[in-house]
Amino acid sequence: MAIKDLPDTEYVLAGSAACPGCPATIGLRIVLKALGKNTVMIVPACCTAVIESVYPNTSFDIPVMNIAFEAAAAGASGVEAGLRMQGKKDTTVFAWAGDGGTYDIGIQALSGAIERQTNFIYICYNNQIYSNTGIQRSGATPLGAWTTTTVGGKTEVRKEMGDIIRAHHLPYAAQACISYPEDLYNKVKKAKSIKGPKYIEILAPCPPGWHFPMEKTVDMGVLAIETGAWALYEFENEKMIFNGKSKLLLEKKIEPKPVEEWIKYQGRFRHLFKPTRDEKTLKAIQDNTDIIWERYRKCYL
Amino acid sequence: MSKKYNVVTSISYPKEGAMGKTGSWRVFKPIFSKDKCVKCLRCWIFCPEGAVKKNKDGSVSIDMDYCKGCGICANVCNVKAIIMEREEQQ
Repeated sequence: MAIKDLPDTEYVLAGSAACPGCPATIGLRIVLKALGKNTVMIVPACCTAVIESVYPNTSFDIPVMNIAFEAAAAGASGVEAGLRMQGKKDTTVFAWAGDGGTYDIGIQALSGAIERQTNFIYICYNNQIYSNTGIQRSGATPLGAWTTTTVGGKTEVRKEMGDIIRAHHLPYAAQACISYPEDLYNKVKKAKSIKGPKYIEILAPCPPGWHFPMEKTVDMGVLAIETGAWALYEFENEKMIFNGKSKLLLEKKIEPKPVEEWIKYQGRFRHLFKPTRDEKTLKAIQDNTDIIWERYRKCYL
Repeated sequence: MSKKYNVVTSISYPKEGAMGKTGSWRVFKPIFSKDKCVKCLRCWIFCPEGAVKKNKDGSVSIDMDYCKGCGICANVCNVKAIIMEREEQQ
């Protein structure tokens, strides 16, 4: 699969309300290319609820239901049940939520929907902050990152949502990144073909939230993978398969770049470098990444 | 895209340019040179706006009505077929 083999059809129409350089619309364009026309999307409060644009127009060329912050997965369960009763079994139902609506506010609805084996896809686009409401800290914000509510840098490590999801023993879960469109496309295609609950998480580097120039969105995703700050994997039939560079990192065939290579381009970590280098926090960030990879190696190699 | 639904509740209908001509947000504009393009389509898939359109022959053209000028296309282009230039002051 090469980029030129991806379908031409656009379901995200030009002229939306997204910021320039928005990773969410890059991800959504690829996801909807994979899911096709016969799809219902559930959107809780998140950036995408704004990107849709204002009444009476919308930028998305598929049926969309907006729902409360905590209820994305519950709403998807209801839509799926309704379609099933109408005999529309080939319609794909998917929830598209941010990391705030997944990690923090929507976790109980998500956990419930997966446990009930609801036949739907839950996609979390993770920009590691509540960017829609003005860059507040979320459970996905990494250690040391500035947000408007963690002015001196976050003092806690981020939650490992993948581990929580895998504990539900669901048929399919995956982690992807907007910088690898073929990988993301294949994962969504595969999720569409499997019955039962599916969970996909997409890393979405946010230019205004992470404070980097808007043309660097794709580069930030690539660096996140190369430094090991994010991993590409699939979890299918209780087996973990790492993809692309993450596979090479897991098998130690390539050396990961230091995490500093990734964070030094982001304004949200600037206080770690200026006026003096905060060696203690920088080491803690690197150690946290190493611990995650050591655990991956112990469990899945 | 044009189908209307007979429902009681208020619903929005899909429209290109739902927020108007977003090209007016632009500070830097992309300049595309066709002779340098190798048709890898990286600019097309990474354009957040879908403003880079794929032509039938596999080349691309940029819809300046909606291009917000983020510069991702120029940044992901490996052969520098797209460069960014400052918009002239209106």
